[in-house]
Formats: sequence, structure tokens, C-alpha cells
Amino acid sequence: MTTRAQRLAALKEALTARVLVLDGAMGTMIQRHKLDEAAYRGTRFADHVKDVKGNNDLLNLTQPDVVLGIHREYLNAGADILETNTFSGTTIAQADYGLESIVYDLNFEGARLARQAADEFTAKTPHKPRFVAGAIGPTNRTASISPDVNDPGFRNVSFDELRAAFRQQVEGLVAGGADLILVETIIDTLNAKAALFAIDEFFEESGERLPIMISGTITDQSGRILSGQTTEAFWNSLRHARPMSIGFNCALGAAELRPYVAELSRVADTYVSAYPNAGLPNAFGEYDEQPHTTAGHLHSWAKDGLVNIVGGCCGTTPDHIKAIADSVVGVKPRAPAEQKKAMRLSGLEPFQLAS
Amino acid sequence: MSDTSAAEDAAPAVATFINIGERTNVTGSAKFKKLILAGDFEAALQVARQQVESGAQIIDINMDEAMLDSEASMVKFLNLIAAEPDISRVPVMIDSSKWTVIEAGLKCVQGKPIVNSISLKEGEEPFLAQARKVRRYGAAVVVMAFDEKGQADTEDRKVEICARSYKLLTEQIGFPAEDIIFDPNIFAVATGIEEHNNYAMDFINATRRIRALLPHVHVSGGVSNVSFSFRGNEQVREAIHSVFLYYAIKAGMDMGIVNAGQLAVYEDIPAELKERVEDVILNRRNDATDRLLEVAEKYKAGAGPQRVADMKWRNADVNARLSHALVNGITDFIDLDTEEARAAAQAKGGRPLDVIEGPLMDGMNVVGDLFGAGKMFLPQVVKSARVMKKAVAYLIPFIEEEKARNAAKGIVDASQNNGRILMATVKGDVHDIGKNIVGVVLQCNNYEVIDMGVMVPCAKILEKAREVKADIIGLSGLITPSLEEMAYVAKEMEREGFNVPLLIGGATTSKVHTAVKIAPGYSNATVYVPDASRAVGVASNLMSLQLRENFANGIKADYAKMREAHARSQQAKKRQTLVAARANRAKIAWSGYAPEKPRTMGLTIFDDYDLAELTRTIDWTPFFRTWELAGNYPAILNDSVVGTTARSLYNDAQGMLQRLVGEQWLKARAVVGFWPANSVGDDIELYTDASRTKVLTTLHTLRQQMMRDPNQNDRPNLALADFIAPKESGVADYIGAFAVTTGIGVESKAAEFERDHDDYNAILFKALADRLAESFAERMHQRVRREFWAYAPDEKLSNEDLIAEKYRGIRPAPGYPACPDHTEKATLWQLLDVEKNAGIALTDGYAMWPAASVSGFYFGHPDVEYFGVGKIERDQVEDYALRKGMTAAEMERWLAPNLNYDTTPVSAPLKSVPI
Repeated sequence: MTTRAQRLAALKEALTARVLVLDGAMGTMIQRHKLDEAAYRGTRFADHVKDVKGNNDLLNLTQPDVVLGIHREYLNAGADILETNTFSGTTIAQADYGLESIVYDLNFEGARLARQAADEFTAKTPHKPRFVAGAIGPTNRTASISPDVNDPGFRNVSFDELRAAFRQQVEGLVAGGADLILVETIIDTLNAKAALFAIDEFFEESGERLPIMISGTITDQSGRILSGQTTEAFWNSLRHARPMSIGFNCALGAAELRPYVAELSRVADTYVSAYPNAGLPNAFGEYDEQPHTTAGHLHSWAKDGLVNIVGGCCGTTPDHIKAIADSVVGVKPRAPAEQKKAMRLSGLEPFQLAS
Repeated sequence: MSDTSAAEDAAPAVATFINIGERTNVTGSAKFKKLILAGDFEAALQVARQQVESGAQIIDINMDEAMLDSEASMVKFLNLIAAEPDISRVPVMIDSSKWTVIEAGLKCVQGKPIVNSISLKEGEEPFLAQARKVRRYGAAVVVMAFDEKGQADTEDRKVEICARSYKLLTEQIGFPAEDIIFDPNIFAVATGIEEHNNYAMDFINATRRIRALLPHVHVSGGVSNVSFSFRGNEQVREAIHSVFLYYAIKAGMDMGIVNAGQLAVYEDIPAELKERVEDVILNRRNDATDRLLEVAEKYKAGAGPQRVADMKWRNADVNARLSHALVNGITDFIDLDTEEARAAAQAKGGRPLDVIEGPLMDGMNVVGDLFGAGKMFLPQVVKSARVMKKAVAYLIPFIEEEKARNAAKGIVDASQNNGRILMATVKGDVHDIGKNIVGVVLQCNNYEVIDMGVMVPCAKILEKAREVKADIIGLSGLITPSLEEMAYVAKEMEREGFNVPLLIGGATTSKVHTAVKIAPGYSNATVYVPDASRAVGVASNLMSLQLRENFANGIKADYAKMREAHARSQQAKKRQTLVAARANRAKIAWSGYAPEKPRTMGLTIFDDYDLAELTRTIDWTPFFRTWELAGNYPAILNDSVVGTTARSLYNDAQGMLQRLVGEQWLKARAVVGFWPANSVGDDIELYTDASRTKVLTTLHTLRQQMMRDPNQNDRPNLALADFIAPKESGVADYIGAFAVTTGIGVESKAAEFERDHDDYNAILFKALADRLAESFAERMHQRVRREFWAYAPDEKLSNEDLIAEKYRGIRPAPGYPACPDHTEKATLWQLLDVEKNAGIALTDGYAMWPAASVSGFYFGHPDVEYFGVGKIERDQVEDYALRKGMTAAEMERWLAPNLNYDTTPVSAPLKSVPI
């Protein structure tokens, strides 16, 4: 067993030496198991009042072997960093299932399972240590977009509600053994700011600061995240968290995502991550981009010095991750961009005043 | 960045100045306060929108009002703004004296805002706790110069509190220095209380010290305070603000809260008033306040230009409103009014197109008439065009819908306009400001303009002309090779049997060139158009069934006469032989002359030059010329005819410059280099090193061949090579070369404006980019003289003297009078590896791309001055071609405008073909 401090030192070193690989889709892999309502419930939630099928985070408690098995497959494929199965592990997201009361357990167990799998593989290949990123999703509500078109000033979630929910999640993830925190699939930057606020408060109180990865989602070819920010504005909004990495994931395939990753790479004075979907979904909502195609894109990004951490989102499988991992072997990682000191503000668009 | 050597007199590190309006501030705007108190958030949003539309880079939001629930109002307004992308695109400044209001606001914005403000007023603990939260929320912060003892009033107190705050913020909690904005308190002067007399200077001096002492911070302030004692006398207040800012910005103030409408143009302040205001601001004399009061009344009553928009016009009927909006260039209500006109037309069974052809064209006709009568000027017309375009853009979906409906019914639309004009900047050339202006003016006059852009090959132009059935083709170009290309297009039009008129325009084109070189190649009407204001007249004559034959014949007769006169004058202007001209070269005493060796030999590269520095040395006169406003800057701002227009244009330009610099719309790059050099005949050899044994490259120069009599002490026949020591003199001489650009980023930003139907700002922007490039070349030349070549390290000249070129040395550019051969740029590009080092490419025609670029050579000899080579003879062209390793025919093509002889037989007499 290694300590977290040792692992983080190894992570720091690995980032300067090579392009690191994140795992692929969790949901896609869970679907393969064709679990039914009863399987989701397990024994503990057999009598729960609401349906829970589709609540993937719940499987950390009810089907731990399924989750563990998927983690192992990705590690086997060559992933350096596992994402915990905790995308919806907040009271806000679990409210749909009436499971607000168990979010600490979901996160703790989610982190513990990933930790177990990672440690197994680190023991097998000590020269390639594996890391656990505690994944924090966006929740299903947005703090800067009104759900009611007729009342643009209305909000169905506040900064403080988000902050409290994320605080609970991050506590569970860290206690369960996460090495770092990943705030991902950001569709509203204000939600992310609340998450980062909660994380920072928690770190200050706990006295231990873990690295933070931030990953936004460009929703369509407009090149903006759902809440309207451009790439650079998004970075300016979150840079104060001094993250280990900033990046994009989900929504687009690699082919469509490249310009925004390139833009981020130009402006970000930190590491850059990217884990796109396996292309755009076909007419049936399925992802059919082949592993070598995804890997071909990511290889060229790495080779062109755009990224430090690559992986896959929706539709990607262990085969994709294997192809991606193979494709970035020996590629020199990107050096973070150097930026002149300037006051960098943002609305939906960036604004700069030189210092 | 390799630009580390600072000029010895480098102004303070003021990057730029951004102006934050107060229109969404209940303490600063009575109107906004009224709207918020009434709960009219819809109208309050409109205020914010207008502020952003008129160029605000940041909007200040303040809800500090006793009658309000400030927290709730702040939250509601910010949430509403978040739903308006045209407002929320800019960052906000969350402004309140209450921390709870600030924190409530911070929870509503996804962007990175500025908090205004926190201070040491309540002591270190709350100050740091708030700062920590500001950082955690991800915001920049304004820190007031306020501590436990109170607000700082003297220079020393201001500096002391800011320094203490800085230390606490950066050392104790790691607050990024670049996100700190100090507000060292602006207090009222001229209050009659002696202790207040130095308040402005206290602020200005403190600002200078803060910027020098505390790295990376910014300085801001609420400007209107300073003039508080002149409440009710707006013109004096504006003058005070303007003078105050002039000095404060120089000292390093880079942000300020002031209403743009409350700001006079510094140059515009009457001399007497300015002097007395300066006495007050700078605290120059004891009786300064009294003396200002003496004259203040004089400037009070209605003296200032009317700033408050008169809204009476809104009461008129919709057609009159549209006309008013068009004539006055007001876009605020255009969608609303256009919709009203459209609905009215529809109610009467009319079509959306009727709105364009009816009220909108009527309005534009008024604009056209006023322009024609010299009562409106180009910048105003371009603004009118912006209104027109926005109105048309509003109607397009309705027109398309109607078209689709008609198509379904099998009805074909016949659109009505005055004619279809195809325009292009010819192959090899990239300059398009003038062409764009002409396009806008033609569109204003109901011509359909199809603009093919820049660098358009002949074949493409002709293909498009056929495809769209153009009624007129217009060609534009700025560099001399374009003249040849235009002549070629004319010949091709003839060959392919075109029968539409051809218009010629652009800076190097001329009536005589068109008459002599272009018109003979094309048997239909070929007309030189000297400027945008003539374009409409020419086009309407050519499109009129009644007038066009007469008009075309008149032009033809005129050009024929011009050709004869030209032929006669050519005979009169005999040239001497190259041998004789060389014998009469500049006589320079080389013995005893020791050229200074450049301090930095080889290349120096500037990757990202400070744009703010370049804004200070802009030569504005040519800027006004671009807009066809005649007169020299700054006198033009007070010109009795165009002064008002010029001022408005100048204000728009200054506003855009602030944004351009602040938001880094452009990137400035440059490369300069110096080499050992000696002349060999009319060539200049550059050597690889000080041993001068290996030739790096050779520059070729052309010599004047006008008749001169050496025995009469007449002037010499100059070539640039004369000013570099001849090889045989043994003098170790040097030459420099440079390429600078401020054009990186121009195209995408201009395209943004164009997409928004905003030609006015697109043209304004390109014109500013050009000015910045010239300013860059001028500034770089200055630094070359003082720092890099350093033959004049102590040179101190004002901007006026710089513009008047009162310095030693020149920087001639290939393609311009002293070295008219554009192809020398190829050597220049190789020498400096310009494409790699400065990001400027060369087109086929040796135009620089991006267009906002300047390149050339540096000559440092004390006697060197700019001159024109003028016309040259065949003997020199053949000799020159041989030296360059090109054929004489090729050389003739590049030097066509400079040839003193005809290369083609005189054209056959023109056939008389009706057009």
C-alpha cells in the first residue's frame, strides 16, 4: 500500500514525463450488464419507494463487483487515472430517486472501489502507478439558467444549495480514498464555481489539499458551454481554483472538439485534459466510432502538444482506452502555456487588462 | 517576449485605460434608480444593454439605495442579466458598500467579476476574511485607500494604505496582484478650502507611486467627484474630468468610473478654459480656483454641445422616425420601427419589400441628398448605412418567407434596385478600406453591391460578373502593381466581349493612369472614381438610360484629351542617360565619416508588442483623410465645417482604441535587423560579418534620371546606394531593415462587425489597425535611432516633430518613391525571415498580408532624406534587370508606373461602341 502523499508525488512526476490516460465510459459498460430494477435495488433497497433503475451510482452499494470489474477492465486497458462511479452523487441529483440520505455512502464506496482496483494494479506494475479521481458531476440543475422560459430571473437551485451538496460529496470521496477531485461535464460554470468553492473550503478545514481537475462540456458546434461561455471565458472564470488540469469532455466527438481543446491549450497555464465521446451518436443514439479512430485523433492532439491527459467519455470502451493508451506512448506531454500577468475577467466572453 | 529593452523615457506601464460607465448604478444614475425603485427591471435591462452596445467593457452594478432591498435587487438584476447574452457577454463589477450585497451578487455570476470594494476600514481581520472569499468566488477586487483611521486624503497616506493592503493580500492569502485594483480616492478640488487644492495632485502622484511600488496592480477611481464643486456647469465639469484623466492616465491610472457622455475631448477644450482647469488640477497657482470661477460662467449656458438625446422625434409617424434614425445614424429603435412599418404595409396588403423601397429608401435618399450637398460627411453616411443594414436584416426573414410562398405559387420576384455592382480588390493586393467605404455608400443609394473581397484573380471577377449579371464592375487597389493588374483585367474584359462599365479606384490609381493605361484596353466606359462621394454620381449616370451615352462619351473625350496631353508632356520630360545620372550621384565626403555601429547586430524580434504604447504616437491626419474629412489634426476637430463630424469620429475611434487594446483585438509583431554594408555602384552589399568578406545578400536601388546640369550646381541624381559608403572608401558602414505589423487578428474581428451589419465599426477598426501599423513603424524607427542602432541616443522629439520627420535617417519602403521596385521585398523577407518572425506574408503582387503592416530599410547617414526616383529610362531598366537577374520585360511590368517610355505600341483608335 502506498500513502496518498506518495501517490501524489508520483502523479506529479508522471505528468512531466508522459501523457496520462483516463478511463472510458462507465454508463456504456454498465449497460452491457443489462441490470434490471431488482439488480439495481439489491437487498438493501429492495423495499425503496421509488424506482432506482438507471441510478448508476447506486451500484457502488448494490453491485460493487460490477463496478469493480469495469474499473479493472479499464486499468487492464492501460488507464492511469480511474474516475469514481459518482457522477450523480449529490443530494440534488439523488433527489429524483429519493436517495438524498445515502450520498455520503455512495461517494465513500465509489472512491473505495476505485481505490481497491487501482491499488491492485499499482501493486502489479509499480512503475505505472494508478490514481483515483473522485468524480463530481454537474447535478441536474443549473444556477445561472432559468428552467422557466417565461421567467428568466427564476432559478431552481442556488449557489449555496449546490455548495452544500458538493461539500458532502467531496467529503465522501476523499474519505473513501480519492487521490484527486475531478469536477466534470460542466454545463454551467456557476455550478462549477460552487463546487470549487466547497472543495476549497473543505481543503482548508481538513488541512490537506488534493489536486483538482476541471472539465467542461462544449454542448454543440457553437463552441460554447451550455451556459454560454466561450472557452477562454470559461478558463478565466475557474482559473482561481489553480487546478492541476483544465479540459473538456463529453457532448462532442474528438473531431468536433479539437478547436476548443486547442484554444484551451493556448490560454491555460496549467495541464490540459480531454476525454471526448466516441464520435457523435448515430440515428439510434449509439456511439459507433471505432477505437482506432478515436485514438487517431487523440494521438494527433498529444503529438501537437495540446494535451497532457486523455481518455474517453460516452460510448468509449476498454478497447478505446487501450487504443488511446497505446497511441500516446512515448509522446512528449504538453508544457503549460506561459501567460503574461494580466487581469483576466469574463462574462460570456473573456476580457483582459494588462498588468 | 524578446522585447525586454525598455526605452529610457518609456512612459509608465500604463497598458490602457478602461472606462466603466455608471448607468446601471443607482447612486450614479437618477434614471436607473427610478427604474429600479419602480420595479421596472425590463427597462433597467435596456439601460444595461445600451451600455454594452455602446462599447462598455465592464458594467458597474450598484443597488445601494435606502429604499431598496439591495441584496434582493442585486440578485434579481444579475439573474436577469444572465439570461441576456448581449449584456452578459461582458464582465460585471459588483458594486456596493455592503459586504452582504457583494456576496449575494458573487453567487449569481458565472463569469469572473470585479468586486467594488473592500478596505481596511474595519481592520485587518474582516479585510482578509472578505478578500479570501473574493478569491474563493473567483473575482478581482477594488481596494479602497481606507483604513482604521479613515479615508486617505494625502499622497503619502494613499500610498501607505495601498502598500499595506497589498502586502497583506499578496503575502498572507496569496491574492493575485494582477487582480487587485486600488482606488486611492478622488476628492473634489476648487472647493474654496485651501486644504483641498492639492487633492487632484495627491491622487495623481499617489497613482504614479503605487504603480511603481506595487507590481501588477491597477489603479481606478470615481472621476466625477473631482469636479463636484462645479455641479450644474456641465461643460466645466467635463473639462475638469478630461484634464484630470489626461494627467492621471499618464501617471498610471488604468481604470475609471465616469460617464463617457461626461467627458470632453482633451484637445477640444478651449485654450483659456483648459489653462485654468490645468491650474486647478495641477495646483499650479494660489488663485487657480478664483480664476476658474471667473471664466466658468462663460462656458455654462448652453455652451456645450447638446448631449442629452432629444426624444421628441419619437412622437412623429413611423416613416418620419425611420428617416430620422437613418439621417442621424440611430440604431436603438430600428427593429421596433421597421416592424411597425412592416406591419402597416402588411395591413394595407403590401409586402415587406415595400418598407425598403418606401420609407427606408426615402430616408436614404435624404441621406444621399445631404451627402451630395456637403451637409453630411462620410462617417455619418456610413453610420446611416449601418441603420439601413440593420433594418434590412430585420426584414430579410419576412422577405424570404414571402419569396418561398410566391415560389410555391410560381411567381418570380423582380427585385428593384438601381443596379448591381460587382467590386473587388485585384489579385496581389489586400487593401480594402476604401473599397468597403465605396461599397457602403453605393448600398446607401440602393445599389446592390457584391463585394468579392481582396486578392481576387481576374478570371474570378469576370466569372462572377457573368454569373450575377453585374451592371458595373469596380476594381480597387492600393499598391502600384495593382495598376498593371487593373489594366490586365480591362484587356481581358475586352477579349471576353464584356459590355458593362468598368470603375477604377484606390489610392495609387489616378485619372491620368486610367486614361493612359487602362481605358485604351477596354472599349466600353472605363471611369476613374476619385473618392466615395463621386461613386454614386458616376454609377447613376452609367445606369441611366437617358444619361449614360452622353456621360460615357464625355469621359472618353476627356480621357482622349488627357492621353494627348500626357504624350506631349512626356516628350517635354526628357531624361538623361543612366551614365550621366551616375556621374551626378550625391557627393558625400566619406573620408572622415565614421558610421556608428548598431548596438544590436543581427535580428531582434518582438512577438507581442504593447499596443497601448503605439496608441500614443498615432498620426491622426491620415485617419481623417480615410474618411474623406479634409484637414490636419488636431485643428480638424474644431473645423467650422467638418469639426462636429470629426470630433464624433475621433471619439468613436478613441473608444474603440481602448477596447482594441484592452481586449487585445490585435497582436503587434515586428522584426528588425542590422548588417555591415557597403555600396557597389547602385547596389548595396550586405555582409555576413564584420570581416566584410562574405556577401549575405545584395540590395538593388534605382537612380533618378531627370535632367540635371552638374555644372550648374544643380541637385544630384540620387539613388539610395549613394548614402551607404562605397566599398572602395574603406568606411565600415551599416544598413538596417524592418517589418512591423498590427494586423494580426484584423480579419476575424472585422468579420464580427460585418456579420452584425456594422460596416461603420468594421471600417473604423481597419482604419485604426492601419494607423497603429504606421505608428509602430514610427515608434520602432525611433527606438532604432535611440537604442538599437543608437546613432542618436539622446534624440528627444515631440509627436508633432516625429510626424514632421525632424530626425536623422530614413526608413524607405520598397514600392514607395525612393525605391519603387516592390520585388525588393522578396530580399527583405528573406533577410528578416519576416513570415516566421513577424507573421506577415507577401502576396503575388508583393503586398503585405495582413494589410496593416509596414516594412523597409533603415538608412542612417546624416545627409539622407526621402526622395522620389521618378520616371526612369530603358537603359536603367535593362541595367537593373541584369543586376537582379530578371528579364527586362519582367522588370518593366513591375516598374510600369515609373517607366518614361511606352512598352506597348499605342492603342488603335477606339471603336465607338455604345454601352
